[in-house]
Amino acid sequence: MTHLLTLLIVIPLAGLVPLVIFRRDDRAVKQVAITTTAVELALSLWMLAQFHIGEADFQLVERIDWLPSLGIRYFVGVDGISVLLVPMTTLLTFISVLYSSGGAIKMRLAEYMTAFLLLEVGMVGVFLALDLFLFYVFFELMLVPMYLIIGIWGGPRRIYSTLKFVLFTLAGSLLMLVGIVAVYLASGDAGSRTLSLPELIEARGSFSADFQFWVFLAFGLAFAIKLPMVPFHTWLPDAHVEAPTAGSIVLAGVLLKAGGYGFLRFALPLFPFGVQAWLPAMILLSVVAILYGAVVSAVQKDLKKLVAYSSVAHMGFVTLGIFVLNQQGGVGAVLQMLNHGFVTGALFLFVGIQYEKTHRRMIADLGGLANIWPVYTTLFGVFVLASLGLPGLNGFVGEFLVLLGTFRFPGVPLGGLFWGPLAAIGVILAAVYLLWMFQRVMYGPIRESYRLLPDMTRLELACAIPLLVLTVVLGVVPQPFIAIIEPSLDRVVRLATDPGLILMAAR
Amino acid sequence: MIEHVWLIPAFPLAAFLVNGLFGRRWLGHLTGLIGSAAIGASAIVAIGVFFEVLAGHSRTIVPLTIAGIRYQWIAVGDFSVDVSALVDPLSAVMMLVVTVVSFLIFVYSNGYMAHDHGFYRFFTWLSLFVFAMLILVMADNYLLLFVGWEGVGLCSYLLIGYWFERPEPYFAAKKAFVMNRIGDWGYTIGIIVIFLVFGSLNFGDVFRRLDESAPEQGVLTLICVALFFGATGKSAQLPLHSWLPDAMEGPTPVSALIHAATMVTAGVYLVARSTPLFTAAGSALTLVAVVGTLTAIFAATIALVQVDIKRVMAYSTVSQLGYMFLALGVGAPIAAIFHLATHAFFKALLFLGSGSVIHAMDNVQDMRRYGGLRRKLPWTYWTMLIAGGALSAIPPLAGFWSKDEIVGAAFTNGYPLLWGVGVLTGALTAFYVTRALWLTFHGEPRDHHLYEHAHESPPVMVLPLAALAVGSALVGFIGVPPEGGFIHGFLKPALEARGGEVAEATRSPALVTALGLPATSVAAGLIGIAIALSMYVRHRPDPAAVARAAGAYYRILVNKYYVDELYDHRFVDLARAFAGAAWAFDIHIIDGLANRLGWLLSLSGTGLRRLQTGVVGNYALSIVAGLLLVLGAYGAYAAGVIKP
Repeated sequence: MTHLLTLLIVIPLAGLVPLVIFRRDDRAVKQVAITTTAVELALSLWMLAQFHIGEADFQLVERIDWLPSLGIRYFVGVDGISVLLVPMTTLLTFISVLYSSGGAIKMRLAEYMTAFLLLEVGMVGVFLALDLFLFYVFFELMLVPMYLIIGIWGGPRRIYSTLKFVLFTLAGSLLMLVGIVAVYLASGDAGSRTLSLPELIEARGSFSADFQFWVFLAFGLAFAIKLPMVPFHTWLPDAHVEAPTAGSIVLAGVLLKAGGYGFLRFALPLFPFGVQAWLPAMILLSVVAILYGAVVSAVQKDLKKLVAYSSVAHMGFVTLGIFVLNQQGGVGAVLQMLNHGFVTGALFLFVGIQYEKTHRRMIADLGGLANIWPVYTTLFGVFVLASLGLPGLNGFVGEFLVLLGTFRFPGVPLGGLFWGPLAAIGVILAAVYLLWMFQRVMYGPIRESYRLLPDMTRLELACAIPLLVLTVVLGVVPQPFIAIIEPSLDRVVRLATDPGLILMAAR
Repeated sequence: MIEHVWLIPAFPLAAFLVNGLFGRRWLGHLTGLIGSAAIGASAIVAIGVFFEVLAGHSRTIVPLTIAGIRYQWIAVGDFSVDVSALVDPLSAVMMLVVTVVSFLIFVYSNGYMAHDHGFYRFFTWLSLFVFAMLILVMADNYLLLFVGWEGVGLCSYLLIGYWFERPEPYFAAKKAFVMNRIGDWGYTIGIIVIFLVFGSLNFGDVFRRLDESAPEQGVLTLICVALFFGATGKSAQLPLHSWLPDAMEGPTPVSALIHAATMVTAGVYLVARSTPLFTAAGSALTLVAVVGTLTAIFAATIALVQVDIKRVMAYSTVSQLGYMFLALGVGAPIAAIFHLATHAFFKALLFLGSGSVIHAMDNVQDMRRYGGLRRKLPWTYWTMLIAGGALSAIPPLAGFWSKDEIVGAAFTNGYPLLWGVGVLTGALTAFYVTRALWLTFHGEPRDHHLYEHAHESPPVMVLPLAALAVGSALVGFIGVPPEGGFIHGFLKPALEARGGEVAEATRSPALVTALGLPATSVAAGLIGIAIALSMYVRHRPDPAAVARAAGAYYRILVNKYYVDELYDHRFVDLARAFAGAAWAFDIHIIDGLANRLGWLLSLSGTGLRRLQTGVVGNYALSIVAGLLLVLGAYGAYAAGVIKP
């Protein structure tokens, strides 16, 4: 199958046709949405199976001239970095749609599912696009459906939150658009300009130091807001609190990754000097995010806000791993993105399941749920442990590799032996806020009004089990995944640290 | 047998999976049987492995292979860690102790937990614990060891908080986990620096390259101090000791297995395993010795005045672990492991015996309500008496041989001050053991209602007591004669420092010292016992009068030097205030700025918004505004920055 990646982008769109036709019948809507996302998931796994492990370069590439006069192409492909993020996306979308079909969405189901399918197009496209313009289109395409999902199906303060989400993200991505135009103009003379990644990498030797400094800032701000890095994170807790459960799963699980992915895919290979110039700031902000996110998580009263702030801390490990510019850090960062997708996605799923039953999200209103929900307690406990980085579960592998990469990274003021131990404190803090939350929610005496609430349903289990399996597998046998990531990641690190180019740009 | 060494952890893992998946619905009380059988099978394999090591396989590395493929856990660039086991005398001893003691405690638990509604949960987690503990002692590298290290910490957390309906257990559980995590911070730093210096985390590679490259002293000291910090967390040494007494909120078999016999010795095992590193970084060893000694006497003084029988045993454990670190610190790792083994038997027995008493006394743990129980619980009494004798280091019981060797090594290796403190602690130890046993089993019953209903435990609990009593009496003989016993010859190859030089003291002391040192220790123990008997049997002096006379110091001891107040209130309050301030900063400063910016922008939008219908319009509006912004920015940008 030669058009595999295009098919991945088209299938959710194709699903819209029956969705519109059967929009009046909720049952049919659910079936269409579930089937579409299931086919998409299966196809993404097929893509993974087609992928040749051990090759660094892009595979399954498709390239069609789109706006030839401008040198803009429809250009897609996968390498070791994106090939795992795509199935992660399709799985989390499938789970979101599956969970939403269980009755959590009370109105406008057809519109809701439409938003999810469109969202999936955007998310999958972001990880596949190899042309900056195409990437930008998908990057923005993710925004609209999520804006609607929060704004229409969200909680009481949904308008404020969704507007905040959009304005923050839009501010970043517009800066990126400026950056893209700048890169386009700098990529060559009129007629030979391009936005295709491989050709831009060829052309990057002509990017001056000044140019790289500013363009990296433009791209970096867009990605930093998306991730989000401190101090651009305050849209995240609000958006999560108001978003419906499935929206939170996809927002935390996939949308944030677009930021980290953007750094690895475009910012690092294209602007090595910009990377060097901004490196101290990025390392500092990453470590601040790890510690600050954890400290603020500890005092949250709202369960969803706690998980949201913990995301800030976990994504701090991602940026830290990326910017220490070595293999261990980079592979750790990519693993951390996957792990965070599965684990935090699961945590939001569990918070949502709990909320559907008790209608309470304030930690103080909960307690003793372990008495009535043994299955829920066990599974939620596993994800909490994965999130706090227990060896044997997935969180540990990524965080340990990032820490290892940080320790051996000499390129910041004070050196890796300063930043590494500092970041490692985040691991202690994670145990504090997560276990404290867990005991307040699950342990203690049960309230009488909760006593008859049922444990997890089959549907909820069906949503949780795949994530559980991945959490364990990625912790126990991470090596097959590392083998997929490593060659491509290695290539990105070499592109970003090419001493000749950095010197040339500096001159 | 050695090639099948992976069966040892595989059995408990299987028991964990079976009990965890099917226990609640289908297996019920069968989970106890399954767990016990699995650990029994592990013990048999461990015995087999032990004898093979004894027969001369002094160092074998057994990689785990799955369908013929070597199990590589994590490998990125020059970093690589395999799942593979190191079978040498040290790990063989540890596997043997862990499986045998675990097996006895599993059997006992079938009786002790029989009426608990979470029976399956207990045996699920206890099986997982044994699995993790075995990974810890079998690992051939620091990272895999860390998997077991954290795994046992998790099981400890789950089992301390086993009765999660009440607040005390789950607070104690969280405290244990968090304090362990603080120690783990040191461990993480230690192993990462080890990798940076030696390029590997395999014990063999690290110690070989230590010989070849002789790294800087400062780096070695950093590594050892960081590792030791990890060890203080897991093994409840100062300043991270205070979680262990609270951990007694867990069921008593858990206290016996995890918080006395096995898990808390992991720190001792870690330092012993790293002997070459510690020997090369000399000053770190002194730190280990001093911390160990201080912890030993610190905890022993607290144990003097506690009234909860399990708390006495808990502080006693902290104190005895201090002895083990003293041994490691003065260059006698063999004595440390020897004491670890004997302690596993007699302290497990003391806990299980306490459990038998608690079981008989309707879950009352306050010794002031006990008394005269030897007539009701003869088996418990006699077995605990043997264990108490062993803990007091009365010859020829097990504790005598191992503890005497530690204290003696402190003296002969040139630490007379630490020796003095060790001897004094020995007297204190004998005192509090005698006090606890007397208050429990002798005198007149002080709570007649409880006493009337007391009854000896069923055979399933008494038999393990008897078996452990035999161990407490006899295990010491593997170390006879001192410095030349079976255990010394057996462990020597595993604990050799670099250059083949044996870390154990090889100087043979003069005859006067050789006899004088044990005599001093025994005399100290007897004095402790005598004072305790005099105080509690004949009230000369009366304990209450002594407490009044000691005044402030007595109150300090009862309140455990106020460490809990300092940690649980001062530190935690401070941290909470800080976190609250951080959140306020987040809301008011960071988010406040963003909102003010948004407010400014929306001023211009408010008027236009009336033209739009519904929320979708806002988005379109943003897009338009954004496009204008872009075009403007682009104009300015292209003119300014990009050079033609």
